[in-house]
Amino acid sequence: MKWAIADVVGVREETPTARTIMLRIPGWTGALAGQHIDIRLTSPDGYQAARSYSLSSAAGAEFASVSIELMPDGEVSPYLVRGVSVGDQLEVIGPLGGWFVWKPTQPEPLRLIGGGSGIAPLVSMLRTHAEAKSTAPAHLLYSVRSPDYVYFRDELDALAAAADAEVTIQYTRHAPQGWTGTVGRLDGARVTSWAASTAPADGGTVSTYICGPTRFVELAADTLVATGADPLTVRTERFGGA
Amino acid sequence: MGIVTPGFFGKRREADPHLPPGQYETKDFPVLSAGPTPNIHEGEWEFSITNESGDVKRWSWDEFMALPIENVDTDIHCVTRWSKFDTKWRGVSLDTLFAEIETDADFTMAHSYGGYTTNVPLEDLLEGKAWVAFEFDGEPLDPEHGGPARLLVPHLYFWKSAKWVTGLTMHETDELGFWEVNGYHAYGDPWKEQRYYYDS
Repeated sequence: MKWAIADVVGVREETPTARTIMLRIPGWTGALAGQHIDIRLTSPDGYQAARSYSLSSAAGAEFASVSIELMPDGEVSPYLVRGVSVGDQLEVIGPLGGWFVWKPTQPEPLRLIGGGSGIAPLVSMLRTHAEAKSTAPAHLLYSVRSPDYVYFRDELDALAAAADAEVTIQYTRHAPQGWTGTVGRLDGARVTSWAASTAPADGGTVSTYICGPTRFVELAADTLVATGADPLTVRTERFGGA
Repeated sequence: MGIVTPGFFGKRREADPHLPPGQYETKDFPVLSAGPTPNIHEGEWEFSITNESGDVKRWSWDEFMALPIENVDTDIHCVTRWSKFDTKWRGVSLDTLFAEIETDADFTMAHSYGGYTTNVPLEDLLEGKAWVAFEFDGEPLDPEHGGPARLLVPHLYFWKSAKWVTGLTMHETDELGFWEVNGYHAYGDPWKEQRYYYDS
Protein backbone atom coordinates (compact mmCIF):
# COMPACT_ATOMS: atom_id res chain seq x y z
CA MET A 1 0.00 0.00 0.00
CA LYS A 2 1.31 3.43 -0.89
CA TRP A 3 0.41 7.05 -0.29
CA ALA A 4 -1.86 8.20 -3.10
CA ILE A 5 -2.69 11.66 -4.35
CA ALA A 6 -6.42 12.10 -4.00
CA ASP A 7 -8.58 14.77 -5.59
CA VAL A 8 -11.05 16.61 -3.43
CA VAL A 9 -14.28 16.20 -5.38
CA GLY A 10 -16.69 17.57 -2.83
CA VAL A 11 -16.91 19.36 0.48
CA ARG A 12 -19.98 19.76 2.64
CA GLU A 13 -20.35 21.70 5.85
CA GLU A 14 -21.83 19.32 8.42
CA THR A 15 -21.93 21.65 11.42
CA PRO A 16 -20.41 25.04 12.24
CA THR A 17 -17.20 23.18 13.15
CA ALA A 18 -17.18 20.12 10.94
CA ARG A 19 -17.22 19.20 7.31
CA THR A 20 -17.25 16.18 5.05
CA ILE A 21 -14.60 15.92 2.36
CA MET A 22 -15.16 13.60 -0.58
CA LEU A 23 -12.07 12.19 -2.22
CA ARG A 24 -11.34 10.52 -5.50
CA ILE A 25 -8.48 8.18 -4.68
CA PRO A 26 -6.58 6.48 -7.52
CA GLY A 27 -6.95 2.71 -7.30
CA TRP A 28 -9.62 2.92 -4.61
CA THR A 29 -11.60 -0.29 -4.46
CA GLY A 30 -13.70 0.46 -1.42
CA ALA A 31 -13.27 -0.23 2.26
CA LEU A 32 -14.87 -2.01 5.15
CA ALA A 33 -17.38 0.07 7.08
CA GLY A 34 -15.57 1.48 10.10
CA GLN A 35 -12.10 1.66 8.55
CA HIS A 36 -10.05 4.83 8.40
CA ILE A 37 -7.63 6.54 6.09
CA ASP A 38 -4.61 8.64 6.95
CA ILE A 39 -4.35 12.09 5.40
CA ARG A 40 -0.95 13.74 5.12
CA LEU A 41 -0.23 17.42 4.59
CA THR A 42 3.13 18.78 3.47
CA SER A 43 4.27 22.37 4.01
CA PRO A 44 6.44 24.17 1.45
CA ASP A 45 9.58 23.42 3.47
CA GLY A 46 8.85 19.69 3.49
CA TYR A 47 7.42 19.43 7.01
CA GLN A 48 4.64 16.84 7.09
CA ALA A 49 1.77 16.09 9.43
CA ALA A 50 -0.61 13.17 9.09
CA ARG A 51 -3.71 12.11 11.01
CA SER A 52 -6.18 9.23 10.83
CA TYR A 53 -9.82 9.87 9.95
CA SER A 54 -12.66 7.39 9.92
CA LEU A 55 -14.45 6.97 6.63
CA SER A 56 -18.07 8.06 6.64
CA SER A 57 -18.76 6.74 3.14
CA ALA A 58 -20.35 3.37 2.47
CA ALA A 59 -18.02 0.42 2.07
CA GLY A 60 -18.48 0.27 -1.68
CA ALA A 61 -18.68 3.99 -2.38
CA GLU A 62 -16.82 5.22 -5.45
CA PHE A 63 -15.60 8.27 -3.56
CA ALA A 64 -14.21 7.94 -0.07
CA SER A 65 -15.46 10.53 2.38
CA VAL A 66 -14.21 11.61 5.76
CA SER A 67 -16.14 13.81 8.17
CA ILE A 68 -13.82 15.91 10.27
CA GLU A 69 -14.35 17.93 13.43
CA LEU A 70 -12.22 21.03 13.81
CA MET A 71 -9.91 20.72 16.80
CA PRO A 72 -9.21 24.34 17.80
CA ASP A 73 -5.63 23.57 18.83
CA GLY A 74 -5.17 20.97 16.14
CA GLU A 75 -2.61 21.00 13.40
CA VAL A 76 -4.33 19.15 10.57
CA SER A 77 -8.07 19.48 11.17
CA PRO A 78 -8.19 23.31 10.94
CA TYR A 79 -6.70 23.07 7.47
CA LEU A 80 -9.05 20.31 6.38
CA VAL A 81 -12.17 21.91 7.85
CA ARG A 82 -11.42 25.51 6.81
CA GLY A 83 -8.78 25.40 4.12
CA VAL A 84 -9.56 22.71 1.57
CA SER A 85 -11.65 23.29 -1.54
CA VAL A 86 -12.90 21.20 -4.41
CA GLY A 87 -10.07 20.64 -6.88
CA ASP A 88 -7.36 20.53 -4.21
CA GLN A 89 -5.23 17.45 -3.81
CA LEU A 90 -4.40 15.60 -0.60
CA GLU A 91 -2.14 12.67 0.11
CA VAL A 92 -3.96 9.69 1.57
CA ILE A 93 -3.29 6.08 2.44
CA GLY A 94 -5.76 3.39 3.28
CA PRO A 95 -8.19 1.89 3.98
CA LEU A 96 -6.73 0.86 7.33
CA GLY A 97 -7.84 -1.01 10.42
CA GLY A 98 -9.35 -4.45 10.77
CA TRP A 99 -11.11 -4.46 14.14
CA PHE A 100 -13.61 -1.60 14.36
CA VAL A 101 -15.39 -2.81 11.22
CA TRP A 102 -18.84 -4.08 10.38
CA LYS A 103 -19.49 -6.43 7.48
CA PRO A 104 -22.87 -7.00 5.85
CA THR A 105 -22.28 -10.73 6.34
CA GLN A 106 -22.79 -10.21 10.08
CA PRO A 107 -26.38 -11.33 10.70
CA GLU A 108 -26.64 -10.34 14.37
CA PRO A 109 -28.34 -7.13 15.49
CA LEU A 110 -26.19 -4.04 15.34
CA ARG A 111 -25.96 -1.38 18.01
CA LEU A 112 -24.16 1.86 17.26
CA ILE A 113 -23.37 4.51 19.86
CA GLY A 114 -21.75 7.72 18.70
CA GLY A 115 -20.70 10.89 20.47
CA GLY A 116 -20.12 14.06 18.43
CA SER A 117 -17.85 13.41 15.47
CA GLY A 118 -17.74 9.75 16.55
CA ILE A 119 -20.79 9.38 14.36
CA ALA A 120 -18.67 9.21 11.18
CA PRO A 121 -17.73 5.49 11.09
CA LEU A 122 -21.19 4.58 12.39
CA VAL A 123 -22.82 6.36 9.46
CA SER A 124 -20.49 4.39 7.19
CA MET A 125 -21.89 1.25 8.79
CA LEU A 126 -25.51 2.41 8.34
CA ARG A 127 -24.86 3.36 4.72
CA THR A 128 -23.23 0.01 4.09
CA HIS A 129 -26.11 -1.74 5.83
CA ALA A 130 -28.61 0.09 3.62
CA GLU A 131 -26.72 -0.57 0.39
CA ALA A 132 -26.28 -4.25 1.20
CA LYS A 133 -29.97 -4.51 2.13
CA SER A 134 -28.87 -6.18 5.35
CA THR A 135 -31.71 -7.54 7.45
CA ALA A 136 -29.77 -7.22 10.69
CA PRO A 137 -31.75 -5.00 13.09
CA ALA A 138 -29.84 -1.75 13.52
CA HIS A 139 -30.05 0.89 16.24
CA LEU A 140 -28.11 4.11 16.50
CA LEU A 141 -27.79 6.18 19.66
CA TYR A 142 -26.28 9.55 18.83
CA SER A 143 -25.25 11.98 21.51
CA VAL A 144 -24.84 15.52 20.27
CA ARG A 145 -24.72 18.96 21.83
CA SER A 146 -27.58 20.63 19.93
CA PRO A 147 -29.43 20.42 16.60
CA ASP A 148 -26.84 22.61 14.86
CA TYR A 149 -24.19 20.05 15.64
CA VAL A 150 -25.89 17.01 14.16
CA TYR A 151 -23.73 15.56 11.40
CA PHE A 152 -25.55 14.25 8.31
CA ARG A 153 -28.66 16.07 9.55
CA ASP A 154 -30.38 16.14 6.20
CA GLU A 155 -29.94 12.47 5.52
CA LEU A 156 -30.13 10.74 8.89
CA ASP A 157 -33.86 10.14 8.60
CA ALA A 158 -33.60 8.86 5.05
CA LEU A 159 -30.64 6.74 5.96
CA ALA A 160 -32.47 5.30 8.93
CA ALA A 161 -35.39 4.45 6.67
CA ALA A 162 -33.13 2.90 4.03
CA ALA A 163 -31.30 0.81 6.61
CA ASP A 164 -34.53 0.12 8.48
CA ALA A 165 -32.65 1.44 11.48
CA GLU A 166 -33.96 3.14 14.55
CA VAL A 167 -32.14 6.37 15.37
CA THR A 168 -32.25 7.86 18.86
CA ILE A 169 -30.70 11.27 19.32
CA GLN A 170 -29.67 12.42 22.78
CA TYR A 171 -29.31 16.19 22.84
CA THR A 172 -26.95 17.11 25.64
CA ARG A 173 -27.47 20.91 25.73
CA HIS A 174 -30.34 22.06 23.52
CA ALA A 175 -33.07 20.19 21.71
CA PRO A 176 -34.99 21.34 18.66
CA GLN A 177 -38.26 23.16 19.22
CA GLY A 178 -41.07 20.79 20.00
CA TRP A 179 -38.70 18.07 21.19
CA THR A 180 -40.49 15.72 23.53
CA GLY A 181 -37.50 13.66 24.66
CA THR A 182 -35.13 14.48 27.47
CA VAL A 183 -32.13 16.81 27.23
CA GLY A 184 -28.90 16.12 29.06
CA ARG A 185 -25.69 14.21 29.14
CA LEU A 186 -25.78 10.58 28.05
CA ASP A 187 -25.50 8.95 31.45
CA GLY A 188 -25.56 5.34 32.55
CA ALA A 189 -29.32 5.34 33.07
CA ARG A 190 -29.98 6.56 29.52
CA VAL A 191 -27.60 4.01 28.03
CA THR A 192 -29.20 1.26 30.11
CA SER A 193 -32.73 2.11 29.07
CA TRP A 194 -31.74 2.43 25.40
CA ALA A 195 -29.93 -0.90 25.56
CA ALA A 196 -32.98 -2.54 27.15
CA SER A 197 -35.31 -1.08 24.52
CA THR A 198 -33.10 -2.32 21.70
CA ALA A 199 -32.34 -5.76 23.10
CA PRO A 200 -33.38 -8.63 20.84
CA ALA A 201 -36.39 -10.52 22.16
CA ASP A 202 -34.55 -13.84 21.87
CA GLY A 203 -31.70 -12.60 24.05
CA GLY A 204 -29.22 -13.42 21.30
CA THR A 205 -25.89 -11.83 20.49
CA VAL A 206 -25.65 -8.17 19.53
CA SER A 207 -22.60 -6.46 18.05
CA THR A 208 -21.97 -3.02 19.48
CA TYR A 209 -19.76 -0.29 18.06
CA ILE A 210 -19.03 2.77 20.17
CA CYS A 211 -17.10 5.78 18.89
CA GLY A 212 -16.55 9.13 20.55
CA PRO A 213 -14.51 11.02 23.12
CA THR A 214 -12.77 8.84 25.69
CA ARG A 215 -15.07 9.64 28.63
CA PHE A 216 -18.14 9.04 26.52
CA VAL A 217 -16.91 5.70 25.24
CA GLU A 218 -15.82 4.59 28.70
CA LEU A 219 -19.24 5.37 30.11
CA ALA A 220 -21.19 3.69 27.32
CA ALA A 221 -18.99 0.60 27.20
CA ASP A 222 -18.83 0.19 30.99
CA THR A 223 -22.59 0.54 31.23
CA LEU A 224 -23.24 -2.09 28.58
CA VAL A 225 -20.83 -4.52 30.24
CA ALA A 226 -22.39 -3.85 33.65
CA THR A 227 -25.80 -4.67 32.22
CA GLY A 228 -24.64 -7.98 30.82
CA ALA A 229 -23.05 -7.41 27.42
CA ASP A 230 -20.15 -9.72 26.58
CA PRO A 231 -17.10 -7.39 26.40
CA LEU A 232 -15.91 -9.21 23.30
CA THR A 233 -19.02 -8.04 21.42
CA VAL A 234 -18.36 -4.37 22.21
CA ARG A 235 -15.90 -2.67 19.88
CA THR A 236 -14.68 0.79 20.68
CA GLU A 237 -12.86 3.67 19.11
CA ARG A 238 -11.86 6.52 21.43
CA PHE A 239 -10.40 9.91 20.79
CA GLY A 240 -8.92 12.51 23.08
CA GLY A 241 -7.21 12.24 26.42
CA ALA A 242 -8.32 10.87 29.73
CA MET B 1 8.15 13.43 -0.15
CA GLY B 2 4.69 13.94 -1.52
CA ILE B 3 2.92 16.96 -2.92
CA VAL B 4 3.06 20.30 -1.15
CA THR B 5 -0.26 21.26 0.36
CA PRO B 6 -0.90 24.90 -0.62
CA GLY B 7 -1.50 27.06 2.43
CA PHE B 8 -0.45 24.45 4.96
CA PHE B 9 2.42 25.37 7.24
CA GLY B 10 1.96 23.15 10.27
CA LYS B 11 2.75 23.86 13.87
CA ARG B 12 6.09 22.24 14.44
CA ARG B 13 8.73 24.32 12.78
CA GLU B 14 11.86 22.75 14.18
CA ALA B 15 12.80 19.11 14.15
CA ASP B 16 12.78 17.67 17.65
CA PRO B 17 15.32 14.88 18.08
CA HIS B 18 13.05 13.17 20.61
CA LEU B 19 10.23 12.91 18.09
CA PRO B 20 10.18 9.93 15.72
CA PRO B 21 9.13 10.63 12.13
CA GLY B 22 5.46 11.44 11.64
CA GLN B 23 4.79 11.98 15.35
CA TYR B 24 3.63 15.07 17.25
CA GLU B 25 4.02 15.83 20.93
CA THR B 26 1.02 15.77 23.24
CA LYS B 27 0.81 16.70 26.92
CA ASP B 28 -2.41 14.72 27.16
CA PHE B 29 -2.60 10.96 27.61
CA PRO B 30 -4.99 9.65 24.95
CA VAL B 31 -6.72 6.31 25.47
CA LEU B 32 -6.94 3.75 22.69
CA SER B 33 -8.47 0.37 23.34
CA ALA B 34 -10.30 -2.13 21.21
CA GLY B 35 -13.13 -2.66 23.65
CA PRO B 36 -14.47 -1.95 27.11
CA THR B 37 -11.96 -1.35 29.88
CA PRO B 38 -11.57 -4.51 31.99
CA ASN B 39 -11.89 -3.99 35.72
CA ILE B 40 -9.24 -6.21 37.33
CA HIS B 41 -8.71 -6.11 41.07
CA GLU B 42 -5.23 -6.51 42.44
CA GLY B 43 -6.40 -9.47 44.50
CA GLU B 44 -7.34 -11.42 41.38
CA TRP B 45 -4.47 -10.15 39.24
CA GLU B 46 -1.80 -12.63 38.29
CA PHE B 47 1.18 -12.52 36.01
CA SER B 48 2.74 -15.59 34.44
CA ILE B 49 5.43 -16.57 31.98
CA THR B 50 4.97 -19.85 30.13
CA ASN B 51 7.98 -21.24 28.31
CA GLU B 52 7.98 -23.30 25.14
CA SER B 53 7.82 -26.54 27.14
CA GLY B 54 4.69 -25.38 28.91
CA ASP B 55 6.34 -24.71 32.27
CA VAL B 56 4.55 -21.84 33.99
CA LYS B 57 5.96 -19.39 36.49
CA ARG B 58 3.26 -17.36 38.27
CA TRP B 59 3.31 -14.26 40.44
CA SER B 60 0.42 -12.99 42.52
CA TRP B 61 0.09 -9.24 43.09
CA ASP B 62 1.78 -9.51 46.49
CA GLU B 63 4.59 -11.65 45.14
CA PHE B 64 5.04 -9.19 42.32
CA MET B 65 5.25 -6.23 44.68
CA ALA B 66 8.01 -8.02 46.63
CA LEU B 67 10.25 -8.00 43.53
CA PRO B 68 12.76 -5.20 42.92
CA ILE B 69 10.88 -2.19 41.61
CA GLU B 70 12.41 0.29 39.19
CA ASN B 71 11.63 3.88 38.32
CA VAL B 72 11.35 4.43 34.58
CA ASP B 73 11.42 7.86 32.94
CA THR B 74 10.80 7.52 29.24
CA ASP B 75 9.21 8.90 26.09
CA ILE B 76 6.32 6.93 24.60
CA HIS B 77 5.11 6.86 21.02
CA CYS B 78 1.63 5.83 19.90
CA VAL B 79 1.04 4.53 16.38
CA THR B 80 -1.79 7.07 16.07
CA ARG B 81 0.99 9.66 15.92
CA TRP B 82 1.13 11.20 19.37
CA SER B 83 4.25 11.05 21.47
CA LYS B 84 4.49 11.93 25.12
CA PHE B 85 7.80 12.91 26.64
CA ASP B 86 9.25 12.16 30.07
CA THR B 87 6.51 9.87 31.32
CA LYS B 88 7.23 8.47 34.75
CA TRP B 89 6.46 4.88 35.63
CA ARG B 90 7.27 2.31 38.30
CA GLY B 91 7.42 -1.35 37.53
CA VAL B 92 9.34 -4.59 37.55
CA SER B 93 11.96 -5.14 34.89
CA LEU B 94 11.43 -8.08 32.57
CA ASP B 95 15.07 -8.95 33.29
CA THR B 96 14.03 -9.66 36.88
CA LEU B 97 11.15 -11.86 35.74
CA PHE B 98 13.11 -13.75 33.11
CA ALA B 99 15.90 -14.50 35.58
CA GLU B 100 13.59 -17.28 36.78
CA ILE B 101 12.67 -18.62 33.33
CA GLU B 102 14.35 -21.36 31.30
CA THR B 103 13.83 -20.73 27.62
CA ASP B 104 15.55 -21.03 24.28
CA ALA B 105 12.68 -19.47 22.35
CA ASP B 106 13.21 -16.09 20.69
CA PHE B 107 9.67 -14.76 20.61
CA THR B 108 7.00 -13.85 23.12
CA MET B 109 3.29 -13.23 22.96
CA ALA B 110 1.89 -10.90 25.60
CA HIS B 111 -1.60 -11.81 26.81
CA SER B 112 -4.05 -9.42 28.43
CA TYR B 113 -7.21 -9.65 30.45
CA GLY B 114 -9.93 -9.28 27.84
CA GLY B 115 -8.18 -11.62 25.43
CA TYR B 116 -5.88 -9.22 23.59
CA THR B 117 -2.43 -10.25 22.52
CA THR B 118 0.65 -8.65 21.05
CA ASN B 119 3.88 -10.24 19.84
CA VAL B 120 7.30 -8.97 20.93
CA PRO B 121 10.69 -10.59 20.30
CA LEU B 122 12.31 -11.66 23.57
CA GLU B 123 15.40 -9.55 22.95
CA ASP B 124 13.17 -6.47 22.96
CA LEU B 125 12.05 -7.26 26.49
CA LEU B 126 15.49 -7.82 28.04
CA GLU B 127 18.53 -5.74 29.00
CA GLY B 128 16.61 -2.90 30.58
CA LYS B 129 14.22 -2.36 27.68
CA ALA B 130 10.89 -3.43 29.19
CA TRP B 131 8.89 -3.55 32.40
CA VAL B 132 5.58 -4.61 33.82
CA ALA B 133 4.45 -1.21 35.11
CA PHE B 134 1.80 -0.57 37.76
CA GLU B 135 2.32 3.12 38.55
CA PHE B 136 2.12 6.16 36.30
CA ASP B 137 3.08 9.63 37.46
CA GLY B 138 3.16 8.58 41.10
CA GLU B 139 -0.32 7.04 41.11
CA PRO B 140 -1.60 3.51 40.63
CA LEU B 141 -2.10 2.96 36.91
CA ASP B 142 -5.65 3.87 35.82
CA PRO B 143 -7.70 1.02 34.35
CA GLU B 144 -8.13 3.05 31.13
CA HIS B 145 -4.37 3.10 30.76
CA GLY B 146 -4.00 -0.60 31.49
CA GLY B 147 -4.15 -0.84 35.29
CA PRO B 148 -3.54 -2.63 37.47
CA ALA B 149 -0.49 -3.41 35.34
CA ARG B 150 0.64 -3.10 31.75
CA LEU B 151 3.64 -4.04 29.76
CA LEU B 152 5.96 -1.10 29.11
CA VAL B 153 8.16 -1.45 26.01
CA PRO B 154 8.81 2.20 25.24
CA HIS B 155 11.16 1.71 22.29
CA LEU B 156 8.31 0.20 20.26
CA TYR B 157 4.97 1.79 19.34
CA PHE B 158 2.82 1.85 22.41
CA TRP B 159 0.30 -0.81 21.37
CA LYS B 160 3.11 -3.28 22.11
CA SER B 161 2.94 -2.12 25.74
CA ALA B 162 -0.07 -4.36 26.33
CA LYS B 163 -2.63 -3.01 28.80
CA TRP B 164 -4.07 -5.26 31.52
CA VAL B 165 -1.24 -7.67 30.91
CA THR B 166 -1.51 -11.05 32.59
CA GLY B 167 1.28 -13.04 31.02
CA LEU B 168 3.79 -13.91 28.37
CA THR B 169 4.06 -17.12 26.41
CA MET B 170 7.28 -18.13 24.69
CA HIS B 171 7.29 -19.16 21.03
CA GLU B 172 9.90 -20.55 18.65
CA THR B 173 8.50 -18.47 15.79
CA ASP B 174 7.11 -14.94 15.59
CA GLU B 175 3.32 -15.19 15.50
CA LEU B 176 1.07 -12.16 15.10
CA GLY B 177 -0.97 -10.76 17.97
CA PHE B 178 -4.36 -9.05 17.97
CA TRP B 179 -3.50 -5.62 16.54
CA GLU B 180 -0.91 -7.14 14.23
CA VAL B 181 -3.55 -9.40 12.67
CA ASN B 182 -5.78 -6.34 12.37
CA GLY B 183 -3.46 -4.35 10.16
CA TYR B 184 -0.63 -3.10 12.35
CA HIS B 185 3.05 -3.83 11.87
CA ALA B 186 4.56 -7.04 13.22
CA TYR B 187 7.42 -5.24 14.99
CA GLY B 188 6.50 -1.54 15.32
CA ASP B 189 9.70 0.52 15.49
CA PRO B 190 8.66 4.19 15.74
CA TRP B 191 12.00 5.42 14.39
CA LYS B 192 11.44 3.38 11.20
CA GLU B 193 7.75 4.36 11.12
CA GLN B 194 6.60 0.76 11.14
CA ARG B 195 2.91 1.55 11.67
CA TYR B 196 0.97 -0.71 9.38
CA TYR B 197 1.46 -4.20 8.00
CA TYR B 198 2.74 -2.94 4.67
CA ASP B 199 5.46 -0.71 6.15
CA SER B 200 8.92 -2.18 5.69
